[in-house]
Amino acid sequence: MVQLTINNIKVNAEEGMTILEAVKSVGIHIPTLCHLKDLTPTGACRICVVEVEGQRGLTPSCAFPVYEGMVVQTNSPRVRRARKTIVELLIENHPQDCLVCVRNKNCELQDLSEKYSVREHRYVGESKKHAIDISSPSMERDPAKCILCGRCVRVCHEVQKIGAIDFSRRGFSSIVTTPYNKGLNISDCILCGQCILACPTAALREKGSLKEVANALNDKNKFTVVQIAPAVRVTLGEEYNLPLGTDVTGQLVTGLHRLGFKKVFDTNFSADLTIMEEATELVNRINNGGSLPMFTSCCPGWVKYVEQNRPEILEHVSTCKSPHEMEGAVLKTYYSKKMGIDPKDIFVVSIMPCTVKKFESERIELNENNFPDVDAVLTTRELVRFFKLSGIEFNDLPEGQFDNPLGESSGAAAIFGTSGGVMEAALRTAYYKISGRELDNLEFEEVRGVKGIKEASVNINGLALNICVVNGIGNVKKVLDEVQKGTSKYHFIEVMACPGGCINGGGQPIHQQPEKLQKRMKALYQIDNMKAARRSHKNESVKILYKEFFIEPNSHKAHEILHTEYFNRKEALKRA
Amino acid sequence: MHSHIFENYEANDKGCLIPLLQDVQNIYDYLPESALTEIAEFVDLPLSRVYGVATFYNQFRLEPLGENIIRVCRGTACHVKSSANILSAIENTLKIKAGETTRDKKFTLEVVNCIGACSIAPVMTINDEYFGRLTVKEIPSILKKYSKASKTKEAAVQPEVNLA
Repeated sequence: MVQLTINNIKVNAEEGMTILEAVKSVGIHIPTLCHLKDLTPTGACRICVVEVEGQRGLTPSCAFPVYEGMVVQTNSPRVRRARKTIVELLIENHPQDCLVCVRNKNCELQDLSEKYSVREHRYVGESKKHAIDISSPSMERDPAKCILCGRCVRVCHEVQKIGAIDFSRRGFSSIVTTPYNKGLNISDCILCGQCILACPTAALREKGSLKEVANALNDKNKFTVVQIAPAVRVTLGEEYNLPLGTDVTGQLVTGLHRLGFKKVFDTNFSADLTIMEEATELVNRINNGGSLPMFTSCCPGWVKYVEQNRPEILEHVSTCKSPHEMEGAVLKTYYSKKMGIDPKDIFVVSIMPCTVKKFESERIELNENNFPDVDAVLTTRELVRFFKLSGIEFNDLPEGQFDNPLGESSGAAAIFGTSGGVMEAALRTAYYKISGRELDNLEFEEVRGVKGIKEASVNINGLALNICVVNGIGNVKKVLDEVQKGTSKYHFIEVMACPGGCINGGGQPIHQQPEKLQKRMKALYQIDNMKAARRSHKNESVKILYKEFFIEPNSHKAHEILHTEYFNRKEALKRA
Repeated sequence: MHSHIFENYEANDKGCLIPLLQDVQNIYDYLPESALTEIAEFVDLPLSRVYGVATFYNQFRLEPLGENIIRVCRGTACHVKSSANILSAIENTLKIKAGETTRDKKFTLEVVNCIGACSIAPVMTINDEYFGRLTVKEIPSILKKYSKASKTKEAAVQPEVNLA
């Protein structure tokens, strides 16, 4: 412990803490821009500077450790002046288009400008000009709006360990970009969108699909339906100032009905369907000597990662389509037949917490008779914009019910949105498939939580099933190395590209509130707890679907409609 | 043809990135994309970081050099003597910007800070020849002389394209 004085207040702090961490305990706020908790401090933006007695210049508090007897001023006129100048300089090299910007009112640069009362343009000069990269189906990169804080770079390199973008050139021409300034679509990027969540401005953002959805809704010949991913219902409320982890399923359903969707379905239904297929596939692989370990395939970011980096182990990835693609496929086959609607008239919209899902929905192999399984994907943020645009007062909406038959779901499906959830849901059904008995204890605490790699062993009829949950694509390398060497002890591995799983997906509300992962996770487990049926094989609608259409999991028909194939993208990228 | 350079370094040692880049540039006079990819793999860094380093330092170039290298001095003395006009005259004549190479690979245009010939400012060099007390008027004729001259330099070494 060391004692220091901050703004004449005596503060006790742990050794090795930065000044920024130390001031938090005494209710003092220091603004930050380039700082990201738990990542390497770079001191790049200088907005967090403070005065330290005995030092000539101002000190960046995010990168400077405390010491015994230190005397710090965080709010002196000199500090305030320096910070304001930094903000003014940043603003002058930033497009002045806040009114028409997608991050208007949720922009850290805008907040700082307001906080430091910037009221005039004092440093008018040349400003950088860069083209917008619209090459990827999921994301846009607008370097003109970039303030070079480097948060996206650190998230991409240190958390996700992809390293698709980095600083290049220097001085005034500095830019965060891909190698050779090529499009994101031909870079190492997996489009997870974690950089969007880290970006303080709109330099990184999703590619919007609102227009095509609105057009489909206006088209009288289209039967436009929508489905909601498990993770969206526990995060969307945050955009309406509801506490973290509020479950807004009911309002969401009503809101979507009011937007004009003919039917509001639940991706949770097809999450149950996924489990039926995936658990059966796992059991078959174990019994018939198929490629083990088997990896989950729900996360399109993870799938893209394997295709780009480890095509050698593609046979280890489950062939199941991801839940929202399964839902789309069932809608355009079974449902269209049952309701007598031509599949060409069905327009399927997915509300997803994810940016890669946009890329996934454009994969050409994901179609039924050349009609794409999913026609458009909106992120959580885009849906909120759509609600606002349509005059829907979300907080006042009554609770609605999903339409059936693709709206029923079990508790196992609800937890698909969090790291460990797919594994837990699969175990509940796989246990039954192997042993013929139901699990007594449904909760697998070992696979829950925010740890990077979670593992457990489950005894099923004498078979020790070794499982592993990889939380965040940055943690996957070690596991993959073992699989490639043939030394992996696991049977079944779940991978979600985003840290925490879909609840922290690249399409989710943007803010830096602490504990967002834990609270969103808790909300999903709460939904699971409240469900009468908590096992996918107990979903009555899924049972009927098999009886009327697919006959049984992994049947020939199921393979045709619910399973897919993967491609080696490594070579293609090398040539790009 | 550059694979031998890796022999002098240890794999996965991030510290040898810059020496490796220098070695490659010594062979080709620039950094070919395929070499950058190989170096990234060798030092175990993402290509984006290697590209970032290569574009940060002025000593590295990512495009092959032209036959003739024009260096326009933009140091203080030359600046006072309106070297900005000289630069834009060259840019207009060759239709390239500073740092670029003409399409016919005849000229590469560079800006330097001071070449120590302030007494004859504004000044530029083409290859090893100095041109002092320049006026905008004489630029086209000087350049013409070089664009007509036959190739004196050896043909630039072509990089081995290895994308196996």
